[in-house]
Amino acid sequence: MTSPAAMLKASIWRGREAGQYQSFEVPARENQTVLDVVTYIQRHLDAALAYRFACRVGVCGSCAMTVNGRPRWTCRTHVSRVASGGKLTIAPLRNLPVIRDLVTDMTPFFDKWHAARGRFVPGDGPRDEMAEVRPDAPERAAASAAIECIGCGVCHAACDVVSWREDYLGPAALNRAWAAWNDVRDGDRTGILRAVSQSSGCHNCHTHQSCAEHCPVGLNPTFSIAGLKRATLKATLKGELSP
Amino acid sequence: MTPLSYLLQRGTAMLMAPLVITHLIVIIMAVQGGLSAAEILSRTQGSLMWGAFYGLFVLAAAIHAGIGVQTILREWTPLGRVAAMSIGHTFTLILWGLGARAIYAVVWA
Repeated sequence: MTSPAAMLKASIWRGREAGQYQSFEVPARENQTVLDVVTYIQRHLDAALAYRFACRVGVCGSCAMTVNGRPRWTCRTHVSRVASGGKLTIAPLRNLPVIRDLVTDMTPFFDKWHAARGRFVPGDGPRDEMAEVRPDAPERAAASAAIECIGCGVCHAACDVVSWREDYLGPAALNRAWAAWNDVRDGDRTGILRAVSQSSGCHNCHTHQSCAEHCPVGLNPTFSIAGLKRATLKATLKGELSP
Repeated sequence: MTPLSYLLQRGTAMLMAPLVITHLIVIIMAVQGGLSAAEILSRTQGSLMWGAFYGLFVLAAAIHAGIGVQTILREWTPLGRVAAMSIGHTFTLILWGLGARAIYAVVWA
């Protein structure tokens, strides 16, 4: 059992893009998450600390931060797994504008989901019959493998290509586009391929696999992007993406 | 990067893999065999086969490198799409021109 006197040293980013780390000492507990540490600081040491969370159980995707240099979901990250020598360095997610302290502006992140056409587009009119989607159909399996994204932005922060090119759609938006493209009920699947074929689209991925390495729910956006590359190449060769 | 430039870059890479290996094997064989420059030229001059081989090689390398330069410029400099594309295409033309000049010297001059 952890000694009651044991303390953690936490360095927390304060400010916006320009700012500095501020050190806090937080009591170490058993089964303590990084989000617990941040919450303790906000409730007991500095009420002005800005951070974001909602569900605390790894569903909402709102509490992602950079913990000791790696993007993580803080509500499901145990301190014992990541604190080196009882020290934590917590910063906002990379590749997104900082609003204040640990809070990033997610607007550019979700704008890219729209740019990648990651939403369902219905067909022209009402269908006489329900679309048949067999559970073992290849498209259904591909969509299922990509669909559980919680929109936390961890992959976006982990991606080096996003850090090099601000306009790159990024792994989350492209993963969403891949799930949407595999929905055979979609009324404009070619529109998805056209959206991800823009100069900031899927072909910029270097297959570093940082997104897959860091995704807290174990998705593999690199695989989804590879699928989009194959689909767009086939469509290009068939002339389907011509303006 | 667009689907077309992606296709061209991956396609030229696949094409160059056997060309590079053949090129290296020929160099090693020529050196090990003790051939002089004049003896090598006597084998390449007038050879349609070597002209076609290196013609394809130079074209593939020029296209591949030009697209690669565009990508690097977009990722590592503030240059926009049009500027990066212009420099990349210029780089392709320069490489192709230099390569064509070398092939002309080795095969036809």
